Amino acid sequence: MNFLPLWRYQNQLIDGAIVTLELTVISAVCGLLIGVAGAVALNGHITPLRWLVRGYIELFRNTPSLIQLFIVFFVLPNFGLKLPAFEAASVALSLYFGAYSVEIIRAGLDSIPRNQVEAGQCLGLSGWQVFRHIVLPPALRNAYPAVTSQFVLLLLGTSLASQVATDELFHVAGFIESRTYRSFEVYAVICVVYFAMAMSFKALFAIIGAAAFRWPRRR
Amino acid sequence: MRSFSLIDLVSLVEALRWTVALVVLALGFGVPLALGLAMGRISRFVGLRWTMAACIQIIQSVPLLGLLFFFYFGMPMFLGIQVPAIIAVTVAYTLYTAAFLGEIWRGGLEAVKQAQWEAGSCLGLSAWQQFRHIIAPQALRLSLPPTVGFLVQLIKGTSLASIIGFVELARAGQVVSAATFQPLLTYALVAAIYFALCLPLTLWSRSLEARLDGSR
Repeated sequence: MNFLPLWRYQNQLIDGAIVTLELTVISAVCGLLIGVAGAVALNGHITPLRWLVRGYIELFRNTPSLIQLFIVFFVLPNFGLKLPAFEAASVALSLYFGAYSVEIIRAGLDSIPRNQVEAGQCLGLSGWQVFRHIVLPPALRNAYPAVTSQFVLLLLGTSLASQVATDELFHVAGFIESRTYRSFEVYAVICVVYFAMAMSFKALFAIIGAAAFRWPRRR
Repeated sequence: MRSFSLIDLVSLVEALRWTVALVVLALGFGVPLALGLAMGRISRFVGLRWTMAACIQIIQSVPLLGLLFFFYFGMPMFLGIQVPAIIAVTVAYTLYTAAFLGEIWRGGLEAVKQAQWEAGSCLGLSAWQQFRHIIAPQALRLSLPPTVGFLVQLIKGTSLASIIGFVELARAGQVVSAATFQPLLTYALVAAIYFALCLPLTLWSRSLEARLDGSR
């Protein structure tokens, strides 16, 4: 066991980790936007749109992320939509994360009892005020744990992007391995880096959650 | 170049056997390990609880792809022996399954109220009898929906074995796609097969959850 030969690749590792973080954050933001739009559509009254969103959720939740990535990267060019690796990975991961986000956000909104909305209306609040002050804060708190754990899964899932040659952390690992032939050390280090990133995010989310959702629960 | 024919379809379906085999192996070794982890997590001994929690936390915070590469490329290099792909892959999926199921079942076990254990001991049952006859059946009912949900994750996760060259459904798809130059048809078919495997499980998990909800 000898970790020293890896030392000179630290710049590549840092660059890879940055690309991984970029990919994660971009996919999470786009995915959450999809999630909000999808949740609104699911609670709306347009039946064909509801069916469309349901179909999207089931399709993306019941097929492997890897195959989705391959379809975006290898199949879409046949239709004249040729995306570079990073963009293709962002699109595929956003759609994957979005499918989970819709359900999480919808569940958060549904967790607010109907009579709380009615109570707000009785107080003469407008529709937006009811949403902003009565529905949104507890809905966010209820959805928060699921969103954050899904975010960490997304961070780990970005390693798949290495398969379409995105220069993220796992791709860098393959590169270093091909140079040094030190498979054990390389993948041990890579796993530790992912672990450190995942734990940092978990700690960060725990702190943010504790600060943002301080008001007491009922009972 | 040749066109997509029946043979390609057959090779996809044949590769499906290995996807199923991976799931069966992962469950076969992972389920007993997960039981151990879950019981360790609710044990009276603080040291054991912490160790189990750390194991689960580590495996859940590392990409599945990382586990696969570590056990397929890294471990043989470290041990200095050849490890067949099937063993490396089985070890990686077993750990993955054990960590996730262990955490799900711990949640189920902890959701059963403490008073249930006490009631059992009042009736003179031993700790094992309390677990076996009072706690476990209730915990099982509670954790069945997420367990089935994890099964879907596991089936989808077996597609990663293709990356280290293990010929299961996703890998067969790559091979067929390269041979026929028809990525659209091939990957759509592969996705459809995964979908056909996973959707019934998703629907089952959801109906289990709905039934549970109604009874409470």
